[in-house]
Amino acid sequence: MSRLTKFLGSTVGAKFVVAVTGTLLSLFVVGHLAGNLLLFRGRDAMNTYAESLQHLGAALWLIRGGLLAVFATHIVLAIRLKLRNQSARPAGYAHEATVQASWASRSMVLTGLVVLAFVLMHLAHFTLGWLEPTKYAVHETVGSGDLLRERHDVYAMVVLGFRSDLFVALYVVAMVVLGLHLSHALQSLFQSFGFRSPSFTPVIERVCGTVAWVLAAGFLLIPLAVRLDLVGTEVTP
Amino acid sequence: MANATGTMRLKLHIWRQKGPNQSGAIKTYDVTANEHMSFLEMLDVLNQELIGKGEEPVAFDHDCREGICGSCNLVINGVPHGPQRGTTACQLHMRTFKDGDEIWIEPWRAKAFPVIKDLVVDRGAFDRIIAAGGYVSVNTGSAPDANEILIGKADAEEAFGYAACIGCGACVAACKNASAMLFTAAKFAHLQKLPQGRVEADRRAVRMVQQHDAEGFGSCTNQYECEAVCPKEISVTSIARLNAAYRRASLRSVEV
Ligand code: HEM
Ligand code: FES
Repeated sequence: MSRLTKFLGSTVGAKFVVAVTGTLLSLFVVGHLAGNLLLFRGRDAMNTYAESLQHLGAALWLIRGGLLAVFATHIVLAIRLKLRNQSARPAGYAHEATVQASWASRSMVLTGLVVLAFVLMHLAHFTLGWLEPTKYAVHETVGSGDLLRERHDVYAMVVLGFRSDLFVALYVVAMVVLGLHLSHALQSLFQSFGFRSPSFTPVIERVCGTVAWVLAAGFLLIPLAVRLDLVGTEVTP
Repeated sequence: MANATGTMRLKLHIWRQKGPNQSGAIKTYDVTANEHMSFLEMLDVLNQELIGKGEEPVAFDHDCREGICGSCNLVINGVPHGPQRGTTACQLHMRTFKDGDEIWIEPWRAKAFPVIKDLVVDRGAFDRIIAAGGYVSVNTGSAPDANEILIGKADAEEAFGYAACIGCGACVAACKNASAMLFTAAKFAHLQKLPQGRVEADRRAVRMVQQHDAEGFGSCTNQYECEAVCPKEISVTSIARLNAAYRRASLRSVEV
């Protein structure tokens, strides 16, 4: 057995890789939120940002491929560990009790799978435009003279998308679930990486709990602000 | 709390299983105990009654009855060693319960801890984890002077904290994943904190984790149920230490 397969096959090694991929996914979440909040800076800021991502060309596909690999690794290893953990206790207790483990920490596969389902729905919604094709196919004209050109009006697409109660509800549920996943995951990372001390661990736990919910709330601002007509009122169907 | 005379009537739901690989079931017993008894003495009373009636007494592990041997492995109302923090089942007093309480008593539950009889499980897996690397190699015949190697107070205290592990297995029983990480890490970290233990630390980390996994224990998901039930209140900082040491040792291509 090679060293890598040995490492990945061990409980501690696999958990370490779940933590590494979880960190990368969390960094993506932070970056994605920062980009999305440009919506509040208006149509031009949002669409220019979206366009600049498209202009990455090959690099964009490299990033997407990397993300996909990271996501898949995270899920496969996490589920493999979960199956192992279930088989480690074939007969359970007649009288079960939990002393202090949070619901979030005991439901990581459940919340993870809800996030996965959400990501697939989200891609079909805004990246591929399969769910609401007419709201997806909106463009704006920019530039002047010879440089006049059309670009994807991401701003209008998002605003139109979140005028639907169904989609607002789906996003709200998904972000609460992401908040739950991260509320255990972010502080858990430090333990998995081996950083723990009586002085900084309580601080880390508090900060990570706050960051998890700030991230979830940050994403929620967008559908809620649109639905409450605080932003994007100038967009007409 | 009991009534004025200190006696208490209890309903016990106890796991009964005739032998290894046999099916078992929860059976219910009524027992009258006294609030000054320890939990094990209460079980002794029940067993005397069962013997008197010509029934098979409840088998449970015990030895020192003073909280140092780690034998008294009982899951009491879903919590290893019962409701009192930092206390083994043998040191748990019946005054922790109330007259009329129902109490569930079950064995440690883990694939790696097969039930031998009733509440007694085989914890041989722990011995094999120690044999895999939980020791320091020393030459015999030339014992070094006791205070030859000085050890800082902070390191000594942390090492002592981990060395307090009595190997009872409550961490496994409490863990939602039946992981033995707290045991393995405590035994790893108390040696790692000392100069004598540092020499073989890489090899020890890899071997102990490998044996832990081979025994069929689960993986740690950082929920710390183990720390909460540990009768010696061993810190999960030991697990953080083992996580880091295992990763480092694996990257350094340790030959094991
Ligand atoms: C945006 C997507 C996601 C992010 C940002 C994320 C983040 C994280 C992080 C940071 C961890 C902590 C690792 C550790 O404990 O050291 C983690 C753990 C975990 N994740 Fe995710 N994750 C995501 C999606 C998923 C998905 C789709 C699944 C599907 C099953 C999943 C399942 C798990 C599981 C089971 C754990 C381990 C929990 C434990 O050990 O208690 N995650 N995640
Ligand atoms: S019987 Fe020895 S610790 Fe309880």
